[in-house]
Amino acid sequence: MSSTTTHDTATARAAARREKARRAPAKWLLAPAVIFLLVWMIVPLAMTGYYSFRNYNLMMPSITGWAGWTNYKILWGDPTFWSALGVTLLIVMICLAVTVGLGLALALLFHRNFVGRGVARTLAVAPFFVMPVVTGLIWKNMLFHPAYGLLAWLFRTLGLEPIDWLAQFPLTSIITMISWEWTPFAMLVLLTGLQSLPEDQLEAVRLDGANKWHEFRHIVIPHLGQVLYVVVMLESIFFLTSFAEIYTTTSGGPGTATTNLPYYIFQGTFVQYDIGVSSAAAIGAVILANIFAIFLIRFVAGNLNAGEAR
Amino acid sequence: MSAQAKRFSGVNIAFGVLGWTVALLMFLPLIWLVVTAFKTEAEAFTVTPQLFFEPTLESFKAALSQGGGYWHYAWNSVFTAVASTLIGLMLTVPAAYAMAFYPSKRTDFTLVWMVSTKFIPAVGVLVPIFLVYKTIGLLDNVWGLIALYTAMNLPIMIWMVYSYFRDIPKDLVEAANIDGASMGQTMLKVILPLATPGLASTGLLALILAWNESFWSITMTNHAASTLPVYIASFKSAEGMFWAKMSAASVLSIAPIIVLGWFAQRQMVRGLTFGAVK
Repeated sequence: MSSTTTHDTATARAAARREKARRAPAKWLLAPAVIFLLVWMIVPLAMTGYYSFRNYNLMMPSITGWAGWTNYKILWGDPTFWSALGVTLLIVMICLAVTVGLGLALALLFHRNFVGRGVARTLAVAPFFVMPVVTGLIWKNMLFHPAYGLLAWLFRTLGLEPIDWLAQFPLTSIITMISWEWTPFAMLVLLTGLQSLPEDQLEAVRLDGANKWHEFRHIVIPHLGQVLYVVVMLESIFFLTSFAEIYTTTSGGPGTATTNLPYYIFQGTFVQYDIGVSSAAAIGAVILANIFAIFLIRFVAGNLNAGEAR
Repeated sequence: MSAQAKRFSGVNIAFGVLGWTVALLMFLPLIWLVVTAFKTEAEAFTVTPQLFFEPTLESFKAALSQGGGYWHYAWNSVFTAVASTLIGLMLTVPAAYAMAFYPSKRTDFTLVWMVSTKFIPAVGVLVPIFLVYKTIGLLDNVWGLIALYTAMNLPIMIWMVYSYFRDIPKDLVEAANIDGASMGQTMLKVILPLATPGLASTGLLALILAWNESFWSITMTNHAASTLPVYIASFKSAEGMFWAKMSAASVLSIAPIIVLGWFAQRQMVRGLTFGAVK
């Protein structure tokens, strides 16, 4: 009796060993990607953290050593940092509202059946694939230019005084450009969401005699909710790091009107060469991004569990 | 009512007009860019927009031939985008395969960790990467840029390929194992052929993102390794005079990607939303 038990345990152990041997290579398949991300993202991030506590200015190589919280205190007392934080948040919030609002309206519009819908949708999607540097130059020169731009011509034609958009409404101009690029993305995702509505559920509520509003409220909204969530989170990550549109048009100005955190850190590094303070600001940017990211990560993790339940 | 009749009903004609108006408004800046590219500099830079003019290829010629112009940057763009995509796929496929078919207790954590690295903003690692690159001679070097683009796209690529792999029945892998195939053989001969469409769209997405990337290119390169965004950005101080040339260069830089993007719309949506919409 006891010998059989031992035998069973031995078999089980052997099976476990075999199973372990079978999946052993899995670790080695995963390792390169993990190591790559560690070396290029996590190690530099740790170094940023380290520099943020050091006296480190490329223009003053003689001053080195431990800085304690000095860099953070400098940052705290720098009004430009706070305005950069405000500009960053304004860009994220307003662009989100505009792209999601317009994107939803456009998605509902392109969900209708009309002549040439496919071609029209394809045209409307194009701005999303334009590189941000080109976006900046098109808008700055050919649309916003106070004398030679299309908008200036339109205003004159209507008998109005042309506006120097980038000088008079710098932040609005930047927000317009970013929204132009990203509305198509929101539209595309929401449209895909609309097209993948669960037909069987719609059928069921219709059979139950639900009206259009009920349909919208109980099937469409919950279904789009998840999709909308993805749009909001992904867009906020990209909006938080807007750079090229500002770099090619206003260079953060006039004054600091369009200096967001990425541009502030870029200037701190490549104009003032202050590695210590720039690093402290970079840590600030990482914290801000993470406040937004926490929500997306929760979504990703939730999606993971949903996948397993399937 | 037949579908055809429905299409031409009054309400739908109204929506059609609205839809086309909106689409053309969204596309207008790009139309204007293309129109300007076919003008001479004098025609491009006028107070009243010139709609009727003799189309000329002069600006394209100027953009292409100007010293160290378009081709130098275009080659760098093609090389960095393609190389970072291929390296990315080589890192992605084994990792996603291991997690999809041999999940362990730590797999969920690893996946979420990988995706979370995507949310470290580039500025968060800018300073150390710049200093290290400067020390080891990777500044203004295509391989330095390729490594950054690979790291930038890797989380999204892994997640995308993982979600494609997850849709493949696990029985296939088990059957191959029983037949005595090694893990590598199963991956290359059984799974990869099935996942080719998914891998293609993942690659396309990575290509588009790398092509349009400008932050790293502007900060890490000077000339030798600079990509198209740096070339285009060099026109930013060109007040007047060079609008036609700038437009021609811009058209040449965005046209290939817009065409690719039009083909890959659906897959991009799926990839960027982590498979939440299909």
